[in-house]
Amino acid sequence: MCAQKRAEGDIGADAKTVLEGPEINRALTRIAHEVLERTKGGADVTLLGIPSRGVPLAERLAKRIEHVEHLEVPCGSLDITMYRDDLRMAPARSLSPTNIPPEGIDGRTVVLVDDVLFSGRSVRAALDALNDLGRPRAVQLAVLVDRGHRELPIRADYVGKNLPTSLRESVTVLVDEFDGRDAVVVGPARSRGARPTDTAAGGTEEAK
Amino acid sequence: MRHLLSAGDLSRDEATLVLDTAKELAQVGDRSVKKLPTLRGRTVVNLFYEDSTRTRISFEAAAKRMSADVINFSAKGSSVSKGESLKDTALTLQAMGADGVVIRHSSSGAAKRLSTWVDGAVLNAGDGTHEHPTQALLDAFTMRERMGRVEGLRVAIVGDILHSRVARSNVLLLATLGAEVTLVAPPTLLPVSVRSWPCSVSYTLDEVLPKSDVVMMLRVQAERMKDAFFPTAREYTRRYGLDDDRFAKLHDDAIVMHPGPMIRGMEISAAVADSPRSTIVEQVANGVSVRMAVLYLLLGGSESAIGN
Repeated sequence: MCAQKRAEGDIGADAKTVLEGPEINRALTRIAHEVLERTKGGADVTLLGIPSRGVPLAERLAKRIEHVEHLEVPCGSLDITMYRDDLRMAPARSLSPTNIPPEGIDGRTVVLVDDVLFSGRSVRAALDALNDLGRPRAVQLAVLVDRGHRELPIRADYVGKNLPTSLRESVTVLVDEFDGRDAVVVGPARSRGARPTDTAAGGTEEAK
Repeated sequence: MRHLLSAGDLSRDEATLVLDTAKELAQVGDRSVKKLPTLRGRTVVNLFYEDSTRTRISFEAAAKRMSADVINFSAKGSSVSKGESLKDTALTLQAMGADGVVIRHSSSGAAKRLSTWVDGAVLNAGDGTHEHPTQALLDAFTMRERMGRVEGLRVAIVGDILHSRVARSNVLLLATLGAEVTLVAPPTLLPVSVRSWPCSVSYTLDEVLPKSDVVMMLRVQAERMKDAFFPTAREYTRRYGLDDDRFAKLHDDAIVMHPGPMIRGMEISAAVADSPRSTIVEQVANGVSVRMAVLYLLLGGSESAIGN
């Protein structure tokens, strides 16, 4: 996994933590139950995390579903870099692994898992990527945080927490696997490169 | 816009980035839809002044898998046979708006010269006896896939070093990646400057073989030879060919590589070429992934992620 640990400096001094570890745990447990409920037992479910922080979240959901229903859910990752619509706005990015479980995605209910839902552009890219990999029976979306400001007609099926934010804020998810602790942190918007106020920096949270 | 002209221009991080990217892109070849939309709307021109099978097809397949528009140009059947110069051809490409130009030319330095005339990224696909960086990258990728690492590998490059752009690019890249390279050739087939290269040199294949993890055989490039560099082909094969007896001296995990085209019975025996420890066919498959990675890193973003 090539995800970089998020340094304290990235988050900023005046950032405030809105979700702590136990709350994130409870949210994930609830989402796991909701997935089972909505898919009537989760028989054909495949979880695909969007790198980098969607992947550990997908793995945790898989574990919880297994714990509740004693059902092994295939879990993998789906890199969307090559399908992004903002590739030409930044130098070529390095790729993250795509691991499609051996069952494939044809005919299955694929649940995409991401940390933050913002502009919806990452999800659009993920849908395009899925389209090249096969034909799922249905695609659903689970996110830990929905911060609003959609730029595309996309919504999440499972939401850990709805977090109304201003465009002048940034939302950062920390996960134990990469960052040493679980937290959702809201801080002032980070300037990215030469376009600090660009609304397409909607990609900010989703661009990792 | 940046270019890929020499394997020596790549830093260790850049070379590793190419190999890591190629590893992810290799999966595309196993999918039902073998295409990524990444370079949609970009134009890649394959400018081939020299005959080539593998490299041209490989670059074409790589560009097409990334959804770039590909224009193939070979010197035969073009205005070059009417006497048009490289510069005028370059200006034509420039006027047509090529985003990337892949060039193979019989003159050393042609790629570098071209890069001063066009705005697009120039990818050196072999210039004379100088360099062939994507071949070195795919060789390093193949070693990493087979052996799990490149750093610390003992690599013997055997044969016509003097005329080989593959050897030079490999020496530079493998040194960057931390492998130990030994060139093995008759003294007449080593360039004068070889002492300044980051590698060691031996004249005796039998001494080097037992100490090698990777043996890369090179073709004797008769078409570039204007003098007699060795007495007879048979004598060359006796001393520097990888035959079945020599193959047995390699340790059990060692692999045999060849950039192709190979001449069976000359530098490599048919049995060795077809053995499971020969990576010759894998190298071709890996070539497409590595070239996809290079095209993506040069053309995919707002600016190139590698090159000089």
